[in-house]
Amino acid sequence: MSAASSLERQHSQTLVIRPPSGFSSLGIKDLWRFRELLFFLTWRDIKIRYKQTLLGAAWAILQPFLTMIVFTVVINHIGRIKTPVPYPLFSLSTLALWYYFSNAVNLTSGSLVGSGPLITKVYFPRLAVVISPVLAGLVDFVLGFLLVVATMVYYGFTPPLRILLMPLFVVLAGLVAFGLGLVLSALNVRYRDIRYAVPFVLTLWLWATPVAYPGGAVPAKYKLLYTLNPMTGVVEGYRWAVLGLGHIHYTSLAISIGTAIVLVVGGALYFSRAERAFADVI
Amino acid sequence: MSSDLAIETRGLGKRYVLGERGRTPRRRNREEIWALRDVDFEVELGSAVGVVGHNGAGKTTLLKILSRITAPTTGEARIKGHVGSLLEVGTGFHPELSGRDNVYLNGAILGMGRREIKGKFDEIVGFAEVERFIDTPVKRYSSGMYVRLAFAVAAHLEPDILIVDEVLAVGDASFQRKCLGKMGEVSHEGRTVLFVSHNMAAIRSLTSRAAWLDHGRVAAAGHTSDVVSAYLASAVEEEATGVVDLTENSSRRTVGKWMAQRVRFTSVALLDAHDEPTLTFGEGKPLRVDMRFEVREPVRFLELYVRVKSTEGQRLFTSYGGQRESVLQAGSYQATCEIPDNPLRPGRYVIELVARAADPEDIIPTALAFTIEAGYLEEENLRYAVSADGLVRVQSSWTDLEPVGVPADLAREPRFVGP
Repeated sequence: MSAASSLERQHSQTLVIRPPSGFSSLGIKDLWRFRELLFFLTWRDIKIRYKQTLLGAAWAILQPFLTMIVFTVVINHIGRIKTPVPYPLFSLSTLALWYYFSNAVNLTSGSLVGSGPLITKVYFPRLAVVISPVLAGLVDFVLGFLLVVATMVYYGFTPPLRILLMPLFVVLAGLVAFGLGLVLSALNVRYRDIRYAVPFVLTLWLWATPVAYPGGAVPAKYKLLYTLNPMTGVVEGYRWAVLGLGHIHYTSLAISIGTAIVLVVGGALYFSRAERAFADVI
Repeated sequence: MSSDLAIETRGLGKRYVLGERGRTPRRRNREEIWALRDVDFEVELGSAVGVVGHNGAGKTTLLKILSRITAPTTGEARIKGHVGSLLEVGTGFHPELSGRDNVYLNGAILGMGRREIKGKFDEIVGFAEVERFIDTPVKRYSSGMYVRLAFAVAAHLEPDILIVDEVLAVGDASFQRKCLGKMGEVSHEGRTVLFVSHNMAAIRSLTSRAAWLDHGRVAAAGHTSDVVSAYLASAVEEEATGVVDLTENSSRRTVGKWMAQRVRFTSVALLDAHDEPTLTFGEGKPLRVDMRFEVREPVRFLELYVRVKSTEGQRLFTSYGGQRESVLQAGSYQATCEIPDNPLRPGRYVIELVARAADPEDIIPTALAFTIEAGYLEEENLRYAVSADGLVRVQSSWTDLEPVGVPADLAREPRFVGP
């Protein structure tokens, strides 16, 4: 071979581009090669999220905080639901997690369409734009959780040692959000209905999940539905870890983990099938 | 795949289905378009290859398939080495982020590593000439600064294969030349370059081989000079060899339908300096409009106008042929309007023809369209190109600075130097 030495390595890596058939590869290998792009996209998402807002990152704290105040008035005072720890602490801790989950689902489902100009002009593993909002949201969660810690200090509450397990439940919430995001973002490319449906469904979902109330408050006849909600196991487990309340419900947790796996694997398969048409349809 | 090819395609095709947006199409009434069809195409390692063709000929589709942005419908492409593609300047630039942040983000999007960008950062910023504004959000940049910075990032990309679409259409002429120079360097470093442009001068100077795409197929491939000549020749042929028949012009505004039209244009042609009809002129080259018309019944006070407009219909100038006092008998006539000092900047223009005899007789808003080609690679035009901006170029001369209303002793010794 007469070409320069910098070109030698290419021989081993001839790329073949063919019409896609069946399930094409997701480009996990490419994702690794583009890991720095994933880093930069995440970093961009963090950096621009509160640009040109008056309150900046305070929004990350204000959302759960103001919701907590409304919940305290409506659920705690009017609805008279009693909790073993002060209600503001009870709801704020789970709200921080819920906002992470709900923002992640919302942002991932719009991520592909939002990156349309990028997708039609440059190649990179499309998975990166779906992953980055899930990762970037963690920064908001950390800020929200600092508020939870401050509330603990305010009420003189000592968390149990198993609070160290909390990150596991955050990761589980992130995985459910990511799996949903894979399906919804790809669907959104073709059907923009998703944009309207997602925020609405998330609001309903909040009430179906024991975020504002303890699981014990659910009437027996709804128990089955309640347990089938994949976010139930996540939120209950998280509350068990952070506030030391209740027990781990292995059924709920198993349903959460199972759903997360099914969503991520199934979402990835669907995504890889839909991926080939993104640039043509967006 | 033979070992000295960087890119090889076999039977590559891309089909688009129209009307598919949104709902699933009903099978019956959907329309298919083959943007590319049976494209066999080879690019040797380390060569610079140009791709030419009309708009919609499939050039960008080919680049998109080779860049893996979209998948082919048929055939296959084999590519050796990392591809860096530049289909647009500033892809992924975020207006809220600073120039610095955007260099990193854009670099990562184009496939550069963080360390690589860091190493080239100063060079990139210097190339773009935006040092002072590097920490300002790019939404505050002028469009020129924005394009310069975006191009600078791309110009410092070091892929094995560089794919560049018509991106030189942006930016001012001097910066375009800088970028062309940079791309020339890239191809001399032994990397492979695939370059799409409508600028034949750029294709000629940068590439040694070229392919001409026509309606999704390869019409010709080979040495750049042969392919470009064949392509340009066809462009003239396709548009009625430069002589445009006006008897059935669809844009004609027939004035006063109830009156018999006494004067009617029959054809028009643009002639170059050698009296050859053509529709493509170099910048600053003389233009001659040769128009033929019929007089159906004797007419007095005939006036002819040649109007040059932009493709958006903006009138740039009108040449008036004066009024003929004498009576013109029925018959066929010819008139020529010469514009020796053609002031048009590179671009596409439209000629409107008007005939009046006291009242309007014949008006053809779109009689003919022609192209002025950029001449900025030719040294003689450099002076114009660098200063030129706007729709037309005019000759001008400047006097030396004269102090006005400044105390004589101060004027002699300037206190402020530089900006």
